[in-house]
Amino acid sequence: MMGRLRWLLGFVVLVAIALLAWLNPIPSLLEWQSPFLKHSFYVLFFCGLLCLWRILKGPTPADRAVAIDILGILVLGFCAILGIATGRDWYIDIGIAWALQSFISTLALAKYLEGRDFDE
Amino acid sequence: MNEIIGYVFIVIGLAFDLFGCLGLIRLPDVYNRLQASTKCVTLGTCSILFGLFFFKGFTAAGIKAILCIIFILLTAPVSAHALARGAHKSGVKLWAKSVCDKYAEEDK
Repeated sequence: MMGRLRWLLGFVVLVAIALLAWLNPIPSLLEWQSPFLKHSFYVLFFCGLLCLWRILKGPTPADRAVAIDILGILVLGFCAILGIATGRDWYIDIGIAWALQSFISTLALAKYLEGRDFDE
Repeated sequence: MNEIIGYVFIVIGLAFDLFGCLGLIRLPDVYNRLQASTKCVTLGTCSILFGLFFFKGFTAAGIKAILCIIFILLTAPVSAHALARGAHKSGVKLWAKSVCDKYAEEDK
């Protein structure tokens, strides 16, 4: 029950992101200066969907951890594309913070896979 | 001129990202997926950030992009190595057609 609820929540978030990218309801957030940047955003979105497919289907927990790591690096590309497209410099700050957090969470996942405690 | 160079770097980065994620889907094993996708996606994202540096020049955002590139290049191999080690310790089998497993031989 809880697992299905979690998947439903993630699906709702994905649909919201897709609608945000397609309908562009808040023009100040996603004002594309060129169609090239828009299409590059879509390519990165497709890469993220492939990673989510691997998280959904991965036969072992290690596959899911790898896909989460890759997704964390991809978000940095999202931040760079958005920083160019909207001309706002604070997107790259979000990218730096995200890279730090993703690195730490990946190390924690690796420790969890190895079956040890966190303080070793 | 700078914008054209930035666009070229972004196209290279997008191609590397796409091929890395295709490798994440298509390859048969955890370790194959790990090495393909980590290398490709790290290089692709670094290339996109380098394109952002060409767009912004030597402003605060450009210098932050260079710092971000250095940070990714330092941390992505570390996290990939930790993940491979954790997967091997947790008992994930290699692909059936794998040739050798030096890590298991050294553990004996």
